[in-house]
Amino acid sequence: MSENLGTFIKNVCHKYKKDKTRLMDIACEVQEQFGCVSGKAMDLIAGEISIHRVEVENLVSFYAFLSKEPKGKIVIRLCNDIIDELNGAEEVAKAFSEELGIKVGQTTADGKITLEYTPCIGMCDQAPAAMVNDVIVTNLNSDKARKIAHSIKKHGDPSKLSAPLGDGNNANELVLSMVNNNIRQKGEVIFARHEQGAGLTKALSLSPVEVIRDIKTARLRGRGGAGFPTGMKWEFARQATGTNRYVICNADEGEPGTFKDRVILTECPDLMFEGMTIAGYAIGSETGILYLRGEYAYLRAFLEKILSNRRKNGMLGKDVGGKKGFNFDIRIQMGAGAYICGEETALISSCEGLRGDPKTRPPFPAQKGYLASPTTVNNVETFCCVARILDKGAPWFTEIGSQGSPSTKLLSVSGDCKKPGVYEVPFGIKVSDLLKMVGAEDTAAVQVGGPSGQMIGPADFKRTICYDDLATGGSIMIFNSTRDVLRIASKFMEFFVEESCGYCTPCRTGNVLLKERLDRIIAGKGEPSDLDYLQELGESVKVSSRCGMGQTSPNPVLSTLKNFRGQYEKLTKRSKDGLMQSFDIKAAIADAEAIAGRPSEKFSLNS
Amino acid sequence: MDKPKVATTSLAGCFGCHMSILDIDDRILKLIELVDFDKSPVDDIKNFTGQCAIGIIEGGCCNEENVHVLQEFRKHCNILIACGDCATMGGIPAMRNNIPLKECIDEAYKNSPSVYNPKNITPNDKELPLLLNKVYPCQEVVKIDYFLPGCPPSADTIWQALVALLNNKPLDLPYKLIKYD
Repeated sequence: MSENLGTFIKNVCHKYKKDKTRLMDIACEVQEQFGCVSGKAMDLIAGEISIHRVEVENLVSFYAFLSKEPKGKIVIRLCNDIIDELNGAEEVAKAFSEELGIKVGQTTADGKITLEYTPCIGMCDQAPAAMVNDVIVTNLNSDKARKIAHSIKKHGDPSKLSAPLGDGNNANELVLSMVNNNIRQKGEVIFARHEQGAGLTKALSLSPVEVIRDIKTARLRGRGGAGFPTGMKWEFARQATGTNRYVICNADEGEPGTFKDRVILTECPDLMFEGMTIAGYAIGSETGILYLRGEYAYLRAFLEKILSNRRKNGMLGKDVGGKKGFNFDIRIQMGAGAYICGEETALISSCEGLRGDPKTRPPFPAQKGYLASPTTVNNVETFCCVARILDKGAPWFTEIGSQGSPSTKLLSVSGDCKKPGVYEVPFGIKVSDLLKMVGAEDTAAVQVGGPSGQMIGPADFKRTICYDDLATGGSIMIFNSTRDVLRIASKFMEFFVEESCGYCTPCRTGNVLLKERLDRIIAGKGEPSDLDYLQELGESVKVSSRCGMGQTSPNPVLSTLKNFRGQYEKLTKRSKDGLMQSFDIKAAIADAEAIAGRPSEKFSLNS
Repeated sequence: MDKPKVATTSLAGCFGCHMSILDIDDRILKLIELVDFDKSPVDDIKNFTGQCAIGIIEGGCCNEENVHVLQEFRKHCNILIACGDCATMGGIPAMRNNIPLKECIDEAYKNSPSVYNPKNITPNDKELPLLLNKVYPCQEVVKIDYFLPGCPPSADTIWQALVALLNNKPLDLPYKLIKYD
């Protein structure tokens, strides 16, 4: 085995030319082959690519899909985001657990199967869902879970689980997945019929500066949620000094409740790659990277095939599209289960073979990004818009949507509604109209933009989805009146606690404190003053965190405090004697009573 | 009119904060013109003699006795001040919070290299207060009105806090008094 390991690592490192910036890929391959990146493996990798072992360990310990301890040949990862939970993820977990004879977090005694939880895997419209290695299984219930557990115990082959196959390209021979696209509404921009390559051809007939001008005229803003003007970003990257420039496509959609990029990657990858190529031309780059979240590994072979077709057709490689001197190619970088890598500077760190730590700004990626070179990082949907703008022109693009937010937006709708799925709607759509469209009844709350966005109640349903009002990267979660909004907020805080990279104290510690205090209120032991505490602490975390995650992580608490204050007030009451209701002396001395073998002298009588 | 009363106590602390109270030096003469000390280690009064204006708490709660005393302070004091880092955050004693209680006790009485305990006895007299499962900062146990940071808070900080409270003025601590790095 160790000889195997040695040879394997030698070969893998050789494959990546002993390039330490490809450490992610090396570690992922070792993990896949041996079920872990053991201490021995770390030593070997470090030796092979001439870095310190601690650098390897640093990386391995960071990503959820990498582990130092051996995992089973098959790892079942149950999605436990709020939508899955409301759809019965707990019963599914119980069924898996019983059938496999292990608890969540454990590996079977024969070392074959590991069962664990994972945050949102981008399947909220077909929840509960799970990953069995790279294979996605959806619409689970306890019966299905038992069947799956039973069959992988028998044949050990996850790929046999994908039946029936999903719609569209999910049935492609390189995908073969049971995932469904659930495209409920096609708009004019992303899901409309279009001539392949028209945008790129048009772009190559213009100068790069003219391309950027068109994007600016179209007033295209980033579709990931932050809404930074794309044209401006490209201009910065073009004007920055550096020999190499990079185009990165952020396909790490980890915001719980978002899955629209998955549908683009499945149905219009060419449009996205075309947009990336246009970006390469515009900023003067030769290299593009598609950062694909580990959860979407099942799409990798399909996407690689698309890339190789594009190379064959002269749409990638040397003299792209016949344009002399424009060379551009794209590689896929796999992520390994880290929400924070959706943040662009963390994503760049990850591409460089490092922990997914955000970087300090300035310098911004447009000046010093990937490998300290000018880099533009854009969302999957943004690149699709780019290709369409070049094809149809900026005026066409700005005619759609609202004044401040031109064009359409893909929304990933999930939760309590009849038709969860992906909707391409014009910007400026009212929440109430959207709710009607998706068949949501008795709606009590809508989470716009995922946990990092905001939760709104019926009073805000007349507001519109656009950059100037309710901005969103696409996640729309709907909750009806039987749901407990504070428990949902707590669940979101649990997510942020788990996903914090740990660099900034306010985010690492503050989110834990926010969740503790929120849970205290939910348990009916809160004081009215706890609301001020939550508000103050939440604001502190927001202003004193370095990256976008910390700056938005208190939002579940802050937005429910604002929009659902009544729920908090109902649960809190002032203590009359100044003693904290949350302090439980009985529980606090239980351990000591057991150790001493006697009841407390002071507190056993007086209650 | 009677002078307002002040009570102080040291729970799971090192008495450093009380040392800092004494560090107000000759201002203590002014202080006793302003207030009477009630239950406090300063005058060794063991039990409250009546309602107090201000209670100053040093240290967090590591055992049931601490909880009892702190609850008594809450009952008998109009304003409670958590004085110093142990009272506000648990401080050094809270370093045990990540270690199970049994392990802590065994380390102290049995396993530590310097222990001489041939009969392998863990003290367990009824007079000994039971330890809590972890060390709690004061505000986890009772409502606290003011927090003075510092290890210990300087004499000037304590003095200014007391004077402001006794004169019913807003407490304004200059940055240099609460800056610790």
